[in-house]
Amino acid sequence: MSLTTSQETIFEKGRAGRRAFVCPPSGVPERPREELLPTHLQRQAAPRLPEVSEPEIVRHYVRLSKRNFDLDSGFYPLGSCTMKHNPRLHERVAALPGNARLHPLQRPEGSQGALELMSRLEGALAEIAGLPHVSLQPSAGSHGELAGVLLTRAYHEDRGETRHKVLTPDTAHGTNPATVTMAGYEVVKIGTDPEGGIDLDDLRAKADEDVACLMLTNPNTLGLFDRNIEEIASIVHGAGAILYYDGANLNAVMGRTRPGDMGFDIVHFNLHKTFTQPHGGGGPGAGPIAVSERIEPYLMTPRVARGDDGAFALDFEKPKSIGRLRGFHGNFGTFVRTYAYIRSLGAEGLKDASEVAVLNANYLLARLRQEGVDELLPLAFGELCGHEFVLSGAPMKRELGIKTLDLAKRMLDHGVHPPTVYFPLLVDEALLIEPTETETKETLDEFVETIVEILREAKEDPEIARTAPHTTPVRRLDEATAARKPVIRQAIT
Amino acid sequence: MSRYTAVSPEDRKEMLAAIGVESVDELFDRLIPAPVRLGRDLELPEGMGEQDVYAHLRDLAAANLSTEDEVSFLGAGMYDSYVPALIDMLMSRSELLTPYTPYQPEVSQGNLQIMFEYQTAISELTALPVSNASVYEGPSALAAAGYLAKLANKKSRFVISRGAHPHSRETLRTVARGYGVEVVEVPLRDGVTDPDAWAAAIDDETSAVFFQNPNFLGAVEDAAALAAAAKDSPAVVIGQYDPIALGILAAPGECGVDVAVGEGQQLGNRLDFGGPSFGFFAATEAYLRQMPGRIAGETTDLDGKRGFVLTLQTREQHIRRERATSNICTSQALNALGGVVYLAWLGRQGIVELADLLLQRTAYARERLSAVEGIELLHSQPAVREFAVTLDAPVEAVVDYCAARGVNPGLPLAPYYEEHPGGLLVAITEQRTREEIDRLAELLAEAIAAAGSGAGGANGHTAGALA
Repeated sequence: MSLTTSQETIFEKGRAGRRAFVCPPSGVPERPREELLPTHLQRQAAPRLPEVSEPEIVRHYVRLSKRNFDLDSGFYPLGSCTMKHNPRLHERVAALPGNARLHPLQRPEGSQGALELMSRLEGALAEIAGLPHVSLQPSAGSHGELAGVLLTRAYHEDRGETRHKVLTPDTAHGTNPATVTMAGYEVVKIGTDPEGGIDLDDLRAKADEDVACLMLTNPNTLGLFDRNIEEIASIVHGAGAILYYDGANLNAVMGRTRPGDMGFDIVHFNLHKTFTQPHGGGGPGAGPIAVSERIEPYLMTPRVARGDDGAFALDFEKPKSIGRLRGFHGNFGTFVRTYAYIRSLGAEGLKDASEVAVLNANYLLARLRQEGVDELLPLAFGELCGHEFVLSGAPMKRELGIKTLDLAKRMLDHGVHPPTVYFPLLVDEALLIEPTETETKETLDEFVETIVEILREAKEDPEIARTAPHTTPVRRLDEATAARKPVIRQAIT
Repeated sequence: MSRYTAVSPEDRKEMLAAIGVESVDELFDRLIPAPVRLGRDLELPEGMGEQDVYAHLRDLAAANLSTEDEVSFLGAGMYDSYVPALIDMLMSRSELLTPYTPYQPEVSQGNLQIMFEYQTAISELTALPVSNASVYEGPSALAAAGYLAKLANKKSRFVISRGAHPHSRETLRTVARGYGVEVVEVPLRDGVTDPDAWAAAIDDETSAVFFQNPNFLGAVEDAAALAAAAKDSPAVVIGQYDPIALGILAAPGECGVDVAVGEGQQLGNRLDFGGPSFGFFAATEAYLRQMPGRIAGETTDLDGKRGFVLTLQTREQHIRRERATSNICTSQALNALGGVVYLAWLGRQGIVELADLLLQRTAYARERLSAVEGIELLHSQPAVREFAVTLDAPVEAVVDYCAARGVNPGLPLAPYYEEHPGGLLVAITEQRTREEIDRLAELLAEAIAAAGSGAGGANGHTAGALA
């Protein structure tokens, strides 16, 4: 069966009475269910789960997997997502029974290895951030952001201040303003200057005593390091506000500069971006945060602590803590992978990773220019870039009649995952390209050739790109109908 | 030292030439202003080769006592359930392990269809028509449901049962403080939510009511009665559920529950010292457009062929920004994959059989333990897979005694419920056999005897660090 053939769902497969699971005998004297669970507390209709054999399950999901593009198979220059190689060593160590089968409520006597790993990881992340205290608890970047803004609130309230606004640049990731609202603050947008950085006049005008915090990504989502960062920090701190660092782009600067040294009070890390946790089709990730001394009293509990006897423990006695943001201690499996990565690379290797990430991005940008691609896809801001860069597809749309979306869809036919498209929002027809450090020069050269070829083809016949992709398991999908008349589960008979 | 980069000296020269800079340092000097440059190396241990990193991580893992090293009756939200081998195989496939979120549906049909199948399975499990494609985990799922209620009715108070997981209650308080909703807790009576206090706490300002079923002490709540009590209020009725118990337990959709959430770990995911796992989140049709997180929907392509896309994205942060229904972006797709494969593996009969197995073994364990001198049931409510007892001996000493003999008897309750200083929460999974339950009863009897019967119990407890 060809992979392009439409797939039945698991609920459309199987036959009544078919099964994979064999229930072990209870081994105990059995009593009627009604004696143990009164009828009115029992389910009326059992869940209609699939009735399939194990071989059917395996074949179904293996076939489905082949209808995915994945990082192990091809180039994935998805801007702001840092699709770097996922070392398999990390999967092996995360799966060790001492990690994988460790219960989160195991007594500290029986979880010393896990607590030590968390403690060591906290220390390493603190050094990378240039901020002394770390909580590993948040489950993702946006969860770390929520922690950060709630910490900001706790900090101001403890000082007897009530502030209502949080500043976010118009280039910010969508999670920033969404988080601000969830944390009960009002979003105030700050403009971007012609160089692609924060508009300092706008910031000065809006940074008043009602502002709790500025959330900033640096390098920002345009791939540019804000050269006025010291001035920004001084304006924000001058207003008594907190400076928050969205660590989505940390991969550009490891070992070269640190958020703490730039004046940031709170940083979140995306372990699934910078530190190789596999993306898994959209998660899991983890979003630990590092904070300055003045924020430390409010950090989430529990904290990992070390007693005088050298033993590790969990500390719940933090009277000013904002409390918990989730169950247990965070995504520990992700911590194991991150710790393995940091120990593999060391200081020198982490610095090398950032250097090559920036080198690769600038090389790709230079090669596109060499090929004249910049006439149709100019760099949106600046001359050089950090670890990623933004092109505008506006001239291409005007000259060739194909949109950024069409270019992206045609890349799929060339076996390349497209960059992030239509983000950041302030660039017309944006393409955000992040090659990462783990790609070879040959891969980057091929990607340039692919873009050149698609543009050449579009000059002759734009219809090919407009109707792309042509070689994928399905063609363009009707998203409008999917949203208007949502079908979000299988009808089961 | 391991590196995952591949730039040779020759490559570097050519690349720098193409860029038009002399060195990588020049590139960074032009990127980062001098005053904020780190003028030294990071203070981290030197990198190591793969086999040395493995050995170091193996040594750390060996310093833990896993459920392979002892017979564990720990539960309280995560359970030592059996993970079938086919899940390890599928979750480690490159095609499922290494893609990003399916933003390009034409090359993500595998993941999108898996999300759709997962949503269907969760809808079946909860008897609720709308499921998202997963959130982080259990307690934060409950808190996310609170935010849905706040968006839906803009009322000022949450009412939560003391039977809800302590981590859920605390997470809800943490986030609700941000957007300014008050949280009121309703006490337990005879092991379940006090129905009078529950009814009295609900009024016109109640945004949502929350309970857990079975509750933290293992007792089955009368969900239909709890939901009915909120019927004449604006409150969204939110239940946190054990997904395996739902094989036999009255389903949220059958009881008038509006939003059902829960921890998905025991559906084919490892313990992993608490994560990553996933949280499930299902609701009635009325809340479709307030749902947090990603949702996959069925549609057709240009040729009319069946396909799947991310849908209702105008709820989400990347489109709606400050007006989004949630800030969630990265969630738990790989873990949710484990969940749907597990539910398919368990199958239509299997989930009922497994829940019945737990029900029977739990009943046996309760009977066996309560026959021991110095142990009493903390409550006599129906229990599916977990139950609480009161020990007439210092709990920590009893735990130490059993642990030294290879059995972790369960979770001391005192750090969570100061009203139960002698409490112990015991969880049963399909991996805990009758022989192991018998062994637990014997060890508890010995431990209590050793502590000197009647020598403390309630007074003898020393507060642990497990709050």
